[in-house]
Amino acid sequence: MQHIRAHVLVCGGTACKSSGSQKVRDAFARYLEEYKLQDEVMLVETGCHGFCEHGPLVIVYPEGTFYCRVTADDVKEIVEQHLYKGRIVERLLYREPLTQEQVPNYDEIGFYKKQHRIVLANCGEIDPENVGEYIAVGGYEALGKALTQMSPEQVVEEVKKSGLRGRGGGGFPTGLKWQFAKASVSDKKYVICNADEGDPGAFMDRSVLEGDPHRVLEGMAICGYAIGADEGYIYVRAEYPLAIKRLRVAIAQAEEAGLLGRNIFGSGFDFTIHIKEGAGAFVCGEETALMASIEGKRGMPRPRPPFPAVSGLWGKPTNINNVETFANVAQIINNGAEWYSRFGTEKSKGTKVFALTGKINNTGLAEVPMGITMREIIYDIGGGITNGKKFKAVQIGGPSGGCLPESMLDLPVDYDSLIAAGAMMGSGGLVVMDEDTCMVDVAKFFLTFTQSESCGKCTPCREGTKRMLEILTRITEGEGREGDIELLESLAENIKATALCGLGQSAPNPVLSTLRYFRHEYEEHIKNKRCPAGACEKMLSYIIGDDCKGCTKCARNCPVQAISGAVKQKHVIDQSKCIKCGACMAGCPFKAITKG
Amino acid sequence: MKSLADLHALRDKLKSDLKLRKESGTKIIIGMGTCGIAAGAREVMAAVLDELARRHLTDVQVQQTGCIGMCDKEVLLDVLRPGEARITYGNVKPEDVSKIIANHVVNGNIVEEMVVGKIENK
Ligand SMILES: Cc1cc2nc3c(=O)[nH]c(=O)nc-3n(C[C@H](O)[C@H](O)[C@H](O)COP(=O)(O)O)c2cc1C
Repeated sequence: MQHIRAHVLVCGGTACKSSGSQKVRDAFARYLEEYKLQDEVMLVETGCHGFCEHGPLVIVYPEGTFYCRVTADDVKEIVEQHLYKGRIVERLLYREPLTQEQVPNYDEIGFYKKQHRIVLANCGEIDPENVGEYIAVGGYEALGKALTQMSPEQVVEEVKKSGLRGRGGGGFPTGLKWQFAKASVSDKKYVICNADEGDPGAFMDRSVLEGDPHRVLEGMAICGYAIGADEGYIYVRAEYPLAIKRLRVAIAQAEEAGLLGRNIFGSGFDFTIHIKEGAGAFVCGEETALMASIEGKRGMPRPRPPFPAVSGLWGKPTNINNVETFANVAQIINNGAEWYSRFGTEKSKGTKVFALTGKINNTGLAEVPMGITMREIIYDIGGGITNGKKFKAVQIGGPSGGCLPESMLDLPVDYDSLIAAGAMMGSGGLVVMDEDTCMVDVAKFFLTFTQSESCGKCTPCREGTKRMLEILTRITEGEGREGDIELLESLAENIKATALCGLGQSAPNPVLSTLRYFRHEYEEHIKNKRCPAGACEKMLSYIIGDDCKGCTKCARNCPVQAISGAVKQKHVIDQSKCIKCGACMAGCPFKAITKG
Repeated sequence: MKSLADLHALRDKLKSDLKLRKESGTKIIIGMGTCGIAAGAREVMAAVLDELARRHLTDVQVQQTGCIGMCDKEVLLDVLRPGEARITYGNVKPEDVSKIIANHVVNGNIVEEMVVGKIENK
């Protein structure tokens, strides 16, 4: 056997793959061979590092050099200069956006400095398709410890003491949920992992499954032991083919190694895991709809109680948790509840993974201790707003969440503070918006989503969200009426109070939170027929200014003959005919036409 | 795998494969400037990797560096043990490698007759 002196880690997460990491990997394989380095340099495809904005990412160890936006054409240079001659290819290093400083090492980059990685510890660091690498970094130790040294009661107690709360949105205490499922008496119980991840913009669960699938399997098996279940399901949307593939590989390898299956660690405990592919309906992330879907029925929610812990999948006691929730479990068992509860705030323990998107420099995944402020996430980790624009709002919690304004940036991010501020943790999607964003339009966007994802079973959600959407639409089109705000508020309160499931109960949140913090924008739209952000197309008017030379070009460009005027005379636009296509403005040689 | 002990045994065996991605112990640094390569740095590197594999010294890191200006003494090879001075050996030939590794890397005894430089550890 040769001494391996360097490891080249190529990110194989979905984002990096779509920006060409497969070609980068292939180029490495080719050039390592060309330079006869293939026996001394190991090439590894990992899961997501989270720094997706700068992908494809390549890390070279032992130096820990972090290369960004690597293309197949850069690979020859990295092999020749770095791997052969030991010279770092500086032009491919990351530059801090604010200082333009080059940063050679991964852990010195601002994006990673404030992060604390428990769930994502292995993502991007190990080969997710090799159970050996997971074992080498301590994998399955927690399962072994639970099965051979702890009673199910002790496992439940440890998870309870850790303060872990569900990462799927609701934040229900995980240990307590396990206790309920354990207390149910039955010949058969199930464990379900909710990997439906339906929030637009959220991709933390996918990244964990792609980057460290064994961690989730281990968490599920520990849960099975704790509650007395011998079978588990992972419900994952079919739009996540890479996650599904890696899960299948992981399950097969774990079975092969005896880490899943019969009599695990000689303890007499059996546990098997199946994958159920979902069709990607948002409502199927709701636990009762999800179980109906696994049973082959239409994915619709049902009233609770009975809760799944009493009557779940096929009527049997079932414990359902989110991917990220399960991904925390092994660490809690390994390091103890006390260790875990050192991170976070009094009522929100541990860390949370956020997906940063929108008008932010470093889009990607960041895992931070609970209680960190929104400002730290957006500015220190996210690198601030793109193009030097001003921050306006951050939307947190997806379609069930809310928008927070600048004055809330110092809010500590934890379950309870967010609820009090009118938002919610949700699955951890963060959409950052700048000054050009219209908040009424944002509310309309999210309500359009929930409205089309409403399953139609209960009236408040089916009809109520439709009526709310109609009102929002007319406001953004300049047809808003006196009393619309009050009507939105009363509909919202009614839907929240009476909808069957969480989808309807939380659908009005984006409207309510924007009304709370940006009410004046609604009023401007309704009273003055004006969109302060200049975003609502229908409310804009194009105006020809004094720079007009009367060249007639705009009149000829206008598809609806809305522009008139004599040659060499200033032209005018008939606002009643104008369809706001912008052709006049785009074609004006004198830049005499403005939009406002 | 039948028991927790089996898991531990497997882990200990596999752990060394990943050591490179964590902080390591001793480093061997080879001069890979044009001068070093011309003087046979690749052959020295190959000898180092062979010797480390033969002795199962999985936690020794091998790195390269560029020209440091002592071109007539290439191939240059540095050994850096944790907490000790960084020792630079000059005119290293593949056949010198096993002596340097046996004496210095493994046992901590500097091969004085080949030393051309020393940087104290601060
Ligand atoms: C409309 C709707 C969609 C949901 N989507 C998800 C989802 O995609 N992933 C998830 O883990 N939980 C989702 N939930 C929450 C689940 O019903 C359930 O509470 C969660 O899986 C429990 O896991 P936890 O305690 O670990 O958070 C959704 C809930 C609702 C009402």
